[in-house]
Amino acid sequence: MSDLLRLATAGSVDDGKSTLVGRLLYDTKSVLADTLDAVHRASADRGLTTPDLSLLVDGLRSEREQGITIDVAYRYFATDKRSFVLADTPGHVQYTRNTVTGASTAQLAILLVDARKGVIEQTRRHAAVLALLGVPQLVLAVNKIDLVDFDETTFARISKEFTAHATALGYSPDAVVHIPVSALAGDNVVEHSANTPWYSGPTLLEHLESVPVEADPHDAVFRFPVQYVIRPRTPEHLDYRGYAGLVASGTVKVGDEVVVLPAGLRSTVEKIDTYDGPLDEAAAGQSVTLLLADDLDISRGDLIAAAGTPPQVTDEFDATLCWLSEKPLTPGARVLVKHGARTVQAIVTELRARFDEQRLASVDSPSSLGLNEIGRVAIRTAEPLPVDGYYSSRRTGAFLVIDAADGGTLAAGLVGAGLPVLDGVDSCTEGGSTAPLTDDHALVSPGP
Amino acid sequence: MPTPQTTLDRLESEAIHIFREVAGEFDRPVILFSGGKDSTLLVHLAIKAFWPAPVPFPLLHVDTGHNFDEVIEFRDQVVAQHGLRLEVAKVQDWIDDGRLEERPDGTRNPLQTVPLLDSITSHKYDAVFGGGRRDEERARAKERIFSLRNSFGQWEPRRQRPELWNLYNGRHRAGEHVRVFPLSNWTELDVWNYIEREGIELPSIYYSHQRDVYLRDGMWLTEGPWGGPRPEETVLHKTIRYRTVGDGSCTGAVESEASDIREVIAEVAASRLTERGATRADDRLSEAAMEDRKREGYF
Repeated sequence: MSDLLRLATAGSVDDGKSTLVGRLLYDTKSVLADTLDAVHRASADRGLTTPDLSLLVDGLRSEREQGITIDVAYRYFATDKRSFVLADTPGHVQYTRNTVTGASTAQLAILLVDARKGVIEQTRRHAAVLALLGVPQLVLAVNKIDLVDFDETTFARISKEFTAHATALGYSPDAVVHIPVSALAGDNVVEHSANTPWYSGPTLLEHLESVPVEADPHDAVFRFPVQYVIRPRTPEHLDYRGYAGLVASGTVKVGDEVVVLPAGLRSTVEKIDTYDGPLDEAAAGQSVTLLLADDLDISRGDLIAAAGTPPQVTDEFDATLCWLSEKPLTPGARVLVKHGARTVQAIVTELRARFDEQRLASVDSPSSLGLNEIGRVAIRTAEPLPVDGYYSSRRTGAFLVIDAADGGTLAAGLVGAGLPVLDGVDSCTEGGSTAPLTDDHALVSPGP
Repeated sequence: MPTPQTTLDRLESEAIHIFREVAGEFDRPVILFSGGKDSTLLVHLAIKAFWPAPVPFPLLHVDTGHNFDEVIEFRDQVVAQHGLRLEVAKVQDWIDDGRLEERPDGTRNPLQTVPLLDSITSHKYDAVFGGGRRDEERARAKERIFSLRNSFGQWEPRRQRPELWNLYNGRHRAGEHVRVFPLSNWTELDVWNYIEREGIELPSIYYSHQRDVYLRDGMWLTEGPWGGPRPEETVLHKTIRYRTVGDGSCTGAVESEASDIREVIAEVAASRLTERGATRADDRLSEAAMEDRKREGYF
């Protein structure tokens, strides 16, 4: 059975993302005949002579009418080597929140640029968002290479400029791969192109099939948010009390000493249970049920962690927010924070800085944070939370900011995270490490 | 080191995680269960998620009255075998008391929406699990795992929330509910591979059998309470199986010799047609047929 790679696409509108995704599906024979017939028919209806592969992924009526992608589309394809879950994210400025969505679970992102335009504003913005969200691997697909006559110099210039930008954002050079492609004609997407003899690297698909995916670093600390307490109270399982959840990071073995937070109670793991029988060990991404040696008062929202390396339990921490709502954030805002399986009331006590991703600079003490803006804030919660820095644990360092009134999701929150340029901003509370984005962020577990 | 997790292991863990989140955050969840392969898989995963405790939600079937007998028998057998609770909303009851009217073409598939929404309202269900997968259709490819519906059950693409990491936001206002799709990231082939791996039983009509069928709109339909062949349509005796199971009036069979799970997997892997495109008249109405039905409150 092949393993699974979760990836996202990003890039500006008109860079040809939907066409590239359509091409990947088409050339890996993931498009079935009836779907293809529908695309051929729709293309012909529009007076096109070749099939418009973007129609494979632009699903909503308004998208087809406007010829743009509005919402994240999930696509599935598989080769003999791997299965792929691909989040195709829109490039329009007002829909950048979808890039954040796609990037949050991605192990790799394909960033498209138009070879005629090179690295533009949106490229820099998207790269910053991908870096912020800790996407470990980047591919810069220099698309429409046919429209610059397959010119090596153009490709080299764009690659160099992008490498400089990605490095400034904290990517190591070997985490970024550049590929000259034509999504429309198929050059270097699945098949090597005869038009780019100067390019000796892998095709896009070859790279996706072979890029090492570190599902979870071996030394990651064990974290397990308790989702549900399983108490059958049936004659066969009278005293059964199991804590159900998904291992967020690290591994756990029977006999391991653990601590239950925020209460700080200690116990040992007596059994790791599943429907298919008990396990000796469970790793990040596995849904299991833990039974502990001691009879403790544990409920949904608690976190079971390695006793030796617990997270910090705090009701005040610094965080970076990607603001995803049209309602702007102002200091003193009362919100809900969902962290792991726990939702608590919170106040955003301070806006420390707003990130200017174009200049890779920051603006201190902004008066508000608007849609698609990224900022550093201080948060106080009504109850203490066991938090990790985002770059040491992508799962337990992440949270949602929720509107208490209408329940909408307002922001993606990253505990302590920040881009290098924001690290100069004072960080004064005790919570959340401010680990800078370094090379080792390539090892951050994207989890399941 | 623990054994590496396969794609199926990861999909299973993700679905179990989703079931447990809903159990933790909602008051009155329900699983839509028709006896078809996707909803049978949902029930299997729900049993695994809460074992050794019983599944903490009931099942709901919106019965068009046009179902295959084999599927209804199977549905009741699953319910009895696992000690589950099943609610049935019969389209016929809605027709009998005048809340719905039979369509001139006799198909009842579009008539399911009202009984579904009425049942959600009367039982105060706040989370409704469905077996929808994103690989089925283009509008479904944009569906969230937690899909917010307004008090009319409608799906508004622009009100859907960003889904970040695996943190699901199930907040909703009174009268609204959330449709939950634990199989979002599964493909048809994943479903079949998992059914094989887990030894999950399915209604017999998913495997090849002999049946009297007639050709309409390029699909093999069978005679039943939904009507039969028109005078110009010829009934033939064929070896067929069903790739999807829905309302008999619009679910077509495919010619197939695949009589067991291995042969079905081989057939699905080699198929050049999507399961809906091959067998569902309801999706053929227009380029945006599914999107339009979702906006009306269909799954």
